[in-house]
Amino acid sequence: MKSERVQVLERVTERLQALLIWIDARFPLSKMWREHISEYYAPKNFNFWYYFGSLAMLVLVIQIVTGIFLTMSYKPSSAEAFASVEYIMRDVNWGWLIRYMHSTGASAFFIVVYLHMFRAVLYGSYKKPRELLWLFGMLIYVALMAEAFFGYLLPWGQMSYWGAQVIVSLFGAIPFGIGEALVEWIRGDYFISDITLNRFFALHVIAVPFALVFLVIAHILALHEVGSNNPDGIEIKENKDAKGIPRDGIPFHPYYTVKDIMGVAVFLAAFSAVVFFAPEMGGYFLEHANFEPANSLKTPEHIAPIWYFTPFYAILRAVPDKLLGVLLMGAAIVMLFILPWLDRSPVKSIRYRGWIFRLAVALFAISFVALGYLGMQPVSATLTLAARVFATIYFLFFLLMPFYTRWDRTKKVPDRVTYHD
Amino acid sequence: MSRDVDLSRRHFLVVATTVTGTVGAVLATVPFISSWRPSARAQAVGAPVEIDISKIDPGSMVAIKWRGKAVWILHRTPQMIAALTKIEDELRDPFSNEPQQPAYAANQQRSIRPEFLVLEGVCTHLGCAPLEKFQPGDPEIGAGWQGGFVCPCHGSQFDLAGRVYKGVPAPTNLVVPPHRYIGDATILIGNDSGVAA
Repeated sequence: MKSERVQVLERVTERLQALLIWIDARFPLSKMWREHISEYYAPKNFNFWYYFGSLAMLVLVIQIVTGIFLTMSYKPSSAEAFASVEYIMRDVNWGWLIRYMHSTGASAFFIVVYLHMFRAVLYGSYKKPRELLWLFGMLIYVALMAEAFFGYLLPWGQMSYWGAQVIVSLFGAIPFGIGEALVEWIRGDYFISDITLNRFFALHVIAVPFALVFLVIAHILALHEVGSNNPDGIEIKENKDAKGIPRDGIPFHPYYTVKDIMGVAVFLAAFSAVVFFAPEMGGYFLEHANFEPANSLKTPEHIAPIWYFTPFYAILRAVPDKLLGVLLMGAAIVMLFILPWLDRSPVKSIRYRGWIFRLAVALFAISFVALGYLGMQPVSATLTLAARVFATIYFLFFLLMPFYTRWDRTKKVPDRVTYHD
Repeated sequence: MSRDVDLSRRHFLVVATTVTGTVGAVLATVPFISSWRPSARAQAVGAPVEIDISKIDPGSMVAIKWRGKAVWILHRTPQMIAALTKIEDELRDPFSNEPQQPAYAANQQRSIRPEFLVLEGVCTHLGCAPLEKFQPGDPEIGAGWQGGFVCPCHGSQFDLAGRVYKGVPAPTNLVVPPHRYIGDATILIGNDSGVAA
């Protein structure tokens, strides 16, 4: 004889199952859960580098949620914007926390995304058949840069203002009078004004986030179509058991959901430490010049974009010609887009590549970080020379890739994934 | 059943529908794209402004706002004007060949009257506001410096006529906005109708 409690429990379970059957007859809920979570087989040898995809999604959620709450108190007009941010910081209950989460989230997003992209470079995750997956990822990166740029104008501080002025003026480099007209069209005025602020707000809170979410969905669908790469660069789908399940695969849930929750816990600890103890991060996450309201007649003594743009900014500054500088800065991003077609190596992972590729990746990583540092510093002859050297290395990494990836002596890739710890 | 279908008629209808729909969709974007251009109000606010130049001492400069941009009126001393000829080979466009000024300012001093220079205070590189560095031989810049403007963003240098130096990021001289004298001591900035080239 079952106890009354067990009977109640059984009845509830029965009802829930009936509800699920009702839903499944109308919407592919169970099917989606199986395809993307419980029966999505991911390689069993994921390592530390594989945390950053799920963390990027977490940060996207943090940005959307905190962003929605910020719009409830923020005023997108040049007369009120700066004061409304102060109002959020001082008078709105917990407003300071919501804003610091959003501002820290912006930098966290780029940290996580840069590590996520570097992982792809290390293990050749952009190589066939994952080219489109990489392209969606690159589009996410570009959308993210646009989102960060539009958002940075909104506090209407000095750095917001002059940063926007500099970036919008980049389009003015296009010759034949097109550039000038384009700049006026983007601003909607003869200078960065209330009109510009209002439209950047619209782009920041609706247009770009919408595109971002769409692209993230496309990115994940593409990933689940081809399957995840792994630190060995082995296609686990090429070795399946009798049931058609990859021998080196484990279901995403519960194995990687649990692993990712671990990553989330560590990430949130670090994230909270910044939000609570160093939200300005010494001027790197929130620049000090931005605590002064925008003044269209006075440029701050030293203009530097926020850290995640500085590698490209350093390239821009290193070129003594306006149009060429803008073109090279654009080319620095285009290079990343065409990466899958530059790499001619027969193997994916750095583990089975030779010393040339390892050296190239090391030099590339060093120049990217060095350019990032140089982009924050005031201009001087020595630093400009250094920026030219590192910019050259940055471009050579890509432009010589078709050659050195072919010359490089690769090792034999094993049939099954390996463990190293 | 399928034999009754007039395939060429169907093909024509598909093409006609696609073309008409595409043209309509493209035309529908016009108002949206056009809505980003400066509005009637933005254009009205960008109207010309007057400035009284009698109160500007020789060697000093005032900045006023026109279309949200700084416009500088520099009252140059005879020494400042004399310095302009000394550095011509260090400049990218010493004779104002690039159309960065109205025709009536395409002269050595880049101005209507030699002593009053009217310039947009907007760096031609990326739109920052250059800083006044009028002191000749400024130790931060170099002994050969004849006085001029230096952009704090990317280090572009301009002389006391707003002419750009060689080897800096800014490609062209600073812009001379359209302006004219209305009376002896008043300049109208933003309108130059009736000024002889």
